[in-house]
Amino acid sequence: MAEENAIDDPMPTAPERLLPGASGLSLSAAAVAEVEPVGEEPSPLRAFWSAFSENRGAVLGLAVVVFITLLALFAPWVAPHSPIEQFRQSVLLPPVWAGGNWTFPFGTDAVGRDVLSRLIYGARISLGIGLSVMVVSVALGIVLGLAAAFMRGIVEVVVMRVMDMVVAIPSLVLAILIVAVLGPSLTNTIVAVTVVYLPRYVRLVRAAALAELTKEYVIAAQVAGVGRLRLMFVTVLPNCLAPLIVQAALGISDAILEAAALGFLGLGAQPPTPEWGAMLADAREFIRSAPWIVTLPGLAILVTVVAINLMGDGLRDALDPKLRRS
Amino acid sequence: MFALILRRVALTVPTFVALMFVTFVAVRLVPGDPIEARTGERGIAPERLAQLRHELGLDQPVWRQFLDYVYGLLHGDFGTSIVTRTPVLHEFLILFPATLELAFCALVFAVVLGVPAGVLAAVKRGSVLDHSVMTVALAGYSMPIFWWGLLLIMFMSEYLGLTPVSGRMDLINYYFEPVTGFMLIDSLLSGEDGAFSAAAAHLVLPSIVLGTIPLAVIARMTRSSMLEVLGEDYVRTARAKGLSPLRVVGLHALRNALIPVVTVVGLQTGTLLAGAVLTETIFAWPGVGKWLIESISRRDYPALQGGIMLISAIVILVNLIVDMLYVAINPRIRHG
Repeated sequence: MAEENAIDDPMPTAPERLLPGASGLSLSAAAVAEVEPVGEEPSPLRAFWSAFSENRGAVLGLAVVVFITLLALFAPWVAPHSPIEQFRQSVLLPPVWAGGNWTFPFGTDAVGRDVLSRLIYGARISLGIGLSVMVVSVALGIVLGLAAAFMRGIVEVVVMRVMDMVVAIPSLVLAILIVAVLGPSLTNTIVAVTVVYLPRYVRLVRAAALAELTKEYVIAAQVAGVGRLRLMFVTVLPNCLAPLIVQAALGISDAILEAAALGFLGLGAQPPTPEWGAMLADAREFIRSAPWIVTLPGLAILVTVVAINLMGDGLRDALDPKLRRS
Repeated sequence: MFALILRRVALTVPTFVALMFVTFVAVRLVPGDPIEARTGERGIAPERLAQLRHELGLDQPVWRQFLDYVYGLLHGDFGTSIVTRTPVLHEFLILFPATLELAFCALVFAVVLGVPAGVLAAVKRGSVLDHSVMTVALAGYSMPIFWWGLLLIMFMSEYLGLTPVSGRMDLINYYFEPVTGFMLIDSLLSGEDGAFSAAAAHLVLPSIVLGTIPLAVIARMTRSSMLEVLGEDYVRTARAKGLSPLRVVGLHALRNALIPVVTVVGLQTGTLLAGAVLTETIFAWPGVGKWLIESISRRDYPALQGGIMLISAIVILVNLIVDMLYVAINPRIRHG
């Protein structure tokens, strides 16, 4: 629960509170201040929740994300069948609302696999990809971004030019190139998508860290003799977290979309893995005869991505009022 | 101003150098040999293999191949496709108009719908209209466009029979020599009855699919930028002067609100080119996106390498131009 830590930890904002006139009130502190009733001070967690729950869309998004996560976690117990078992006697069976039966509520695909079970197991894969990409790129983004901000010179030039180059190649084209080099697989999808989205995090962390570096509390820490690593990760980093968390949340949904696109092109998860994008690729030739195997996997992607984006928007509004859209 | 432009241009040089290096290395790392990919499983005589490798320069040391590659690039030589044996640049230039036409129509679709939708949502803030626009924008922004394309084909083409399923043109009924490479213009020039509407009909679905994400981004951006501008003092002054709401919104507010939107539109180039890969694959659209995917499966190193270089160069240049435009239309930055 990293997002709560940002405001759970009063330490980094404390030095700034000593400077009432300074413009450098940290973003997370501002979020807390906004919802604080006069007088008593609620716990940061509660303050965050009251800001977050103001946004009904965000709460709805969170609910859907929790639901999909639970489905993914408990897939073996929830799914009615195995995702790869082929029921040869019931091929291309329509879903229950289109004349199918309750054995296969969402129908079956071209080789008789249960669509509902494949969708449920697919949630594991899509969420897994989204989370892994997010965790790896945030971690690398923090290290590279802080290194660029603190070491300047050649390190900064090299890191930032490489990031510029990554950004110059259209995201999917670069992902395709990486997968072509490494070979199509689930792991390589994660690697490719991580590389594609890394620049956002590096740029964000560097910009935020550079902004913090000019502030008095950092200078005070330096004067007090804090070591460079401690300065980077303990003093400065917590104050860069709010925008990073927002970006990370929204980054999960982008990663899911990108991975599904690779799967659709046949460059992601390989058969018989029940990945949503790959399911759509298999379904292409059945547009006319079996619309449900085209419709349902895409709907699963759309609902998941919309829910994460709603949640991300809510996080941004609650954590980072300066970025608020309206 | 001039110094600013020079500095921005200079900054792209190392990016290009790194790009050359990375495309070169990455493409060398792609598993499988291009000659094997071409000869298939039957195999060929060792002498013939050596001769082919020599012809393609694959027997040279890698650093030599790289220098040759850079030298070629600087002379406008992006290599020769191993499969078709035509220069990559030539192939690219034949296919690029198809992608450009598609991307242009997609962008027109996105701007024509997105800007008014964003303005209306901002003006009627909090209304049902605002909420609907923002909901649709959220869905558009989150859309897996390859699925969206399949849905549209399923509904518009298969079910309603309104639009063609794939391709750029109905080649059985119409044939004419390409003049500009843009099907809409060429079909008009051909003078054949119905050719233009056939070309336009082929463009509808791909443009909608490719334009969906930019549409959502533009609508959201226009709305938030408009909301910001509507709160400014000069807008209040314009209202107080008794100007009609249409004039205040359309003339005074919109002009300033559009500044960030122009940037966003420009920065959609990368999104459009990435989206073109998927859109062209779904609709069998003969553009550079589909060509790039096919080059991978054919192990056509030079085509892949040259194609990625050219596409990236376009993205870098367009972003550079957008930067310049932004400076040009925003005096606050120019003089700041």
